[in-house]
Amino acid sequence: MAEAAQISTNAPMTSSRRTYNRALARFVRHRLALFGLAAIVLLVLLCAVGPYLWPYNDLRIDIRHRFAEPFSGAHIFGADELGRDLLARLMTAGRVSLTVGFAAMAISTVIGTFIGTIAGYFGGIVGTALMRFVDAVLCFPSIFLLLALAAFVQPNLLAITLVIAATAWMEVARVVEAQIRSLRERDFAVAAQALGASDAHIMFRELLPNAIAPIVVASTLNVARAILLEAYVSYLGYGIQPPTPSWGNMLNNAQEYLSTAPWLALLPGLFITLAVTGFNFVGDGLRDALDPRLDLP
Amino acid sequence: MSVGAETILEVLELRKWFSVGGGVLSGAKSTLKAVDGVSFSINRGEILGLVGESGSGKTSVGRTILRLAEPTGGTIRFRGQDITHISRGALRSIRPKMQLVFQDPFASLNPRMTVGRIVGAPLMIHEPGLGRAERARRVGEMLQTVGLSPGHAERYPHEFSGGQRQRVGIARALMLAPEFLVADEPVSALDVSIQAQIINLLLDLRARLSLAILFISHDLAVVGHVCDRVAVMYLGRLVETAATAELFANPRHPYTEALFSAAPDPDPEIKRTRVILTGDIPSPINPPTGCVFRTRCRYALPACAEAVPPLRTVGPGHQSACIRDDLSLQPAI
Repeated sequence: MAEAAQISTNAPMTSSRRTYNRALARFVRHRLALFGLAAIVLLVLLCAVGPYLWPYNDLRIDIRHRFAEPFSGAHIFGADELGRDLLARLMTAGRVSLTVGFAAMAISTVIGTFIGTIAGYFGGIVGTALMRFVDAVLCFPSIFLLLALAAFVQPNLLAITLVIAATAWMEVARVVEAQIRSLRERDFAVAAQALGASDAHIMFRELLPNAIAPIVVASTLNVARAILLEAYVSYLGYGIQPPTPSWGNMLNNAQEYLSTAPWLALLPGLFITLAVTGFNFVGDGLRDALDPRLDLP
Repeated sequence: MSVGAETILEVLELRKWFSVGGGVLSGAKSTLKAVDGVSFSINRGEILGLVGESGSGKTSVGRTILRLAEPTGGTIRFRGQDITHISRGALRSIRPKMQLVFQDPFASLNPRMTVGRIVGAPLMIHEPGLGRAERARRVGEMLQTVGLSPGHAERYPHEFSGGQRQRVGIARALMLAPEFLVADEPVSALDVSIQAQIINLLLDLRARLSLAILFISHDLAVVGHVCDRVAVMYLGRLVETAATAELFANPRHPYTEALFSAAPDPDPEIKRTRVILTGDIPSPINPPTGCVFRTRCRYALPACAEAVPPLRTVGPGHQSACIRDDLSLQPAI
């Protein structure tokens, strides 16, 4: 009986407006999360709108201004070895990198949520088999798995996104599995069962909405991971292929000129850092803000 | 109950065993006999109380009857139909007729759903063709039946008090017009003043809908007020059953006496000798031989260890599983 009471007080009553307000208040108090959110909003706006406003195109070659230094002329962030405008390239590359990040997050969240829900709800042999499969995939160092997979596919935006999603869904699956496994023992799940509800009804209508908070946290952190992974593979040459810029292949391109034109490496590196830390801070902030234990009366 | 009343539920030698321990690498499984050979029946419109201390298997009986847990053995007959092992699909059409009310009104309602959706869920599952407006109308009616207002449908469970939430849980259980309700400690999580309201609601609904209720409780005062008959359970077995008045006036099993004695007296002036049960309820994994109560029974004889005493008829409608007929036990106050 004491156990039941304890479970009920731990209930994530996130449906309440009051709880959302409290969660919001906690998020706003989290300075780093706000900084992260600002960085993300800024980057997304810059990459989405910037190319329409900036007079230079990411592919236009301007040989007279090769290796133009930042803040020295018309090219604010300088130009690369072909005289292409660096800011224009960073913005276009940002579109690619952020698209890969968000798309891979969406795909991996859907896969992870689905597998985690099935495993957590059915348990037994099905659950064990699925979760041991998750463990097996987790055993591969993801960067090698990624490179191995990337070596087999034609590197384009879709393929890279799918490959990254394939190495990132396991975390979500584990989080969701643990949540669903505990939720399904709760009385409201038993009540749905007693009403004769189908498994799909119980899983997706009754249980999953109660697991939203940890899913949101895990998928936010996944965006950061996906951006970083895309940078890895593109840097190593298996990812987005030139001349299409991505933050990763810009770094790759820049390493030849590291001593003579260091800004070519520093600026893409800065953008990657900004995006990844931004998402990580937001993820941490959400984790703290949505923690139901903090809602105890 | 009146003669010739229709039996709605019949349970014969019900067993529910759980295997505990025994991981992949460590063998050594043992069996926990939560319910071990329980038989009773309930008539239409009757309230049967099931009492016993924590761990005696009351909740397991309720859940197993509703097929929320698979029975290990025995027979469950509902409205004359054997439902012990019928498939999930076949069960689906019976589910509306047997429902469950939970102990903890805070855990039994999905915190993410409005009360309207919670109470309407049975209709969505069993009458999916029903229009939105019609469903809302029936939810509103049901909320009124249990003493809430139709306007409450748009609110979330956390906006209600414990008693109101319990009403929501009852509304959900009644939505499909069940004939049999398992009420698993429906008032033990509520304040005393609210307990009375919920009990009166259940009694009122029983009278109006001729509901049969299996009323699981450890509170003898509540059971005495609500139930027509009472079954006393100890360590997975029934030790005594009788009509409520008969049981309270003339208990025949030492465990029943101990339960009465443990209930608080409303009148501090009355001095009674208390029968204090020493120790905890034994482990159902390794129960005592013979009579399972003998380890805590102050009337135990060597003979009690020899065989499991069966339920014997000791009076009209009164059965007890004690081999000693020579005891004069203290009645309830």
